Amino acid sequence: MEAIKQLILATVPDALIEEKIQLTVTVSPEALRPVALALRNDESACFDYLIQLTGVDYGEALGVVYLLSTSLDLSRCLVLKTATTDREQPTLPTVSDIWGTAILNEREVYDFFGIRFIGHPDMRHLFLTERWKGYPLRKDYDASREQNPVNLTSYDMPDTSVKWVSGKNGIKLEKVQLFEDDDYVLNIGPQHPATHGVLHFRTALDGEIIKKIDVNCGYIHRGIEKLCEGLTYPQMLHFTDRLDYLSSHINRHALCLCVEKAAGIEVPRRAEYIRTIMDELTRITSHLLSWACMCMDMGALTAFIYGMRDREKILDIFEQTTGGRLIQNYNVIGGVMADIHPDFVKKVKEFIPYMHKSLREYHQLYTGNVIARDRMIGVGVLEKETAVSYAVSGPVGRASGFHCDLRNIAPYAAYDQVIFKEIIRTEGDSMARYLNRLDEIEQSLSIIDQLIDTIPAGPCCAKTKPIIRLPEGEYFQRVEAARGEFGVYILSKGEKSPWRLKFRSPSMALVSIMDTVCHGAKIADLITIGGSMDYVIPDIDR
Amino acid sequence: MEVKNIKIKGFPNKEFKDTGYLEKYVEELRANGVGIITGVLDDMINWGRSNSLWPLTFATSCCGIEFMAVGAARFDFARFGFEVTRNSPRQADVIIVAGTIVDKMAPILKRLYDQMAEPKYVIAMGSCAISGGPFCNSYCVVNGVDKIIPVDVFVPGCPPKPEALLYGMMQLQRKVKVERFMFKEKDKK
Repeated sequence: MEAIKQLILATVPDALIEEKIQLTVTVSPEALRPVALALRNDESACFDYLIQLTGVDYGEALGVVYLLSTSLDLSRCLVLKTATTDREQPTLPTVSDIWGTAILNEREVYDFFGIRFIGHPDMRHLFLTERWKGYPLRKDYDASREQNPVNLTSYDMPDTSVKWVSGKNGIKLEKVQLFEDDDYVLNIGPQHPATHGVLHFRTALDGEIIKKIDVNCGYIHRGIEKLCEGLTYPQMLHFTDRLDYLSSHINRHALCLCVEKAAGIEVPRRAEYIRTIMDELTRITSHLLSWACMCMDMGALTAFIYGMRDREKILDIFEQTTGGRLIQNYNVIGGVMADIHPDFVKKVKEFIPYMHKSLREYHQLYTGNVIARDRMIGVGVLEKETAVSYAVSGPVGRASGFHCDLRNIAPYAAYDQVIFKEIIRTEGDSMARYLNRLDEIEQSLSIIDQLIDTIPAGPCCAKTKPIIRLPEGEYFQRVEAARGEFGVYILSKGEKSPWRLKFRSPSMALVSIMDTVCHGAKIADLITIGGSMDYVIPDIDR
Repeated sequence: MEVKNIKIKGFPNKEFKDTGYLEKYVEELRANGVGIITGVLDDMINWGRSNSLWPLTFATSCCGIEFMAVGAARFDFARFGFEVTRNSPRQADVIIVAGTIVDKMAPILKRLYDQMAEPKYVIAMGSCAISGGPFCNSYCVVNGVDKIIPVDVFVPGCPPKPEALLYGMMQLQRKVKVERFMFKEKDKK
């Protein structure tokens, strides 16, 4: 800690360093890049993992909060802040060349707050269209629909982008060509069965070889973060289920944990155990669906039917206890909504041996298949350095040899009570990602097996007030969702609703590396790689 | 010709709720009378069409997963004639709007609907497609797909259970079964 302070002060003497929950450093926009570079390149500090980048409207100033961590030890965090008071033409220096995560995230901040990042290679809108008026997450944004009515006319997709560069005579605008003149550009999506939702790839091809992928998001951007700013904490819980609907329970767990930690609510042990078991069951459903869909994308429809068949078994268990199949609305602040069904333990115990048998069947069916192996081994290799730079975590990051399992590194709920293996592979190809998911199902079963008999007796929910006010401050909670690190950032001003709330979505990192990973691959492999990444689009767009 | 009551094989008519408009339509047809040859031809065509409504593979969010579940082993809509999902709108008969439609997606949904060949049907699945659902106050969510394209059946729920979707699909089949195409009033003029 002291060494980091020394490092920052040596680079920028007037940096403001505060010791809050995390070490918080506030710098001026001019000093941002030197500090960022120093933190990134220092060998002992080595902050090479930018978890997220959040735009904030402080009222007078517009700022950005960078949450940094290191691939050496993911539990170590540092908050870096900067702000500009210019609300008409706000500009900040880019960090997209230092951390890959920033490339898409800075475009998101530009969308929401209108902050232009100088030096960013592609400063276009990410979620909203070019014809959108205003910046929706600014506090003075007029949310009435007269300003931006639903427009049914088609819009253009320009082949050029802009780049802001600072020269001697101030800031000037440069045009950036996205594709070369003789590129053959193929549109995949937004309505395409293999993009797993409404994602739009513009793919530049050279024959069959992919030269570049331009990712277009926002076809399901629902403005959840803005909606949350007008609701109380218990009211906004249901939005988290609908972000990454395949790990709905885990997302909700994250927001509950964040609010509980900030408000100092003690969760009963029984609720923690139930939450952990539910999290792991959710992870299994998610991995099963991703396995099923990946196999279907590669032409194996039988595998899809098998995966969905076994998934229904877990959904039955969910439905009995929570009343919901896909979206459960089960976690509440302080615990879980209702106690488990009397048959829950029995049913889960029946399910564990059944799933082990099914996994063996999956391997027999598909893993050994010659065509499947040829299409997956060595295809779409993701290097560890790229994974860290773009903050890719979850099964995909672990397939590239990146230790990023937060259940191990920063245990929450009842994860400190169980022993399980973090699945690491170093190949980084589609096959490693595919196998990682199947192996993680096995580990999840082992976690459930260890917990199911030891659920402590007692209440399943702590008593809480209907309106919860969080003390002034910033709170961050990270959990391991099925696709990687899911995070909740709350900036509270002591009110009953947050000033700013941001969800860190794991899928955004997965989609941001598609260009790098697919470069030089065949167009048919794009579908395999996309399937092995397993992104969920509403999680990206929020 | 006597217009018969709408019948779905294996499901008694009283199981279907909210069918007043269909019954009214049948009564109207009876009152006005239907030609024997055209009526029989219509019945035959409708029998074929209602039992082979192929949906478009279209899903934007959570409801899409339940839509997949309905297509998979346990629920299996192929039993009722929704044989396969088609990936091209030009080959699809019905579009099941599963999920939220936002401003950026609205023109695309409109275009997809326009690309489908007549006769075409729309099922709005889930509360987002019906009214914007939990996101109805958002700055960029379309409050109901019926503002963009005409909807035949609304299936409420967030997301609806697979059984609810199957029920909605059968309601659509019932609607298809009483349609009259041959020599409509406007064609005579």
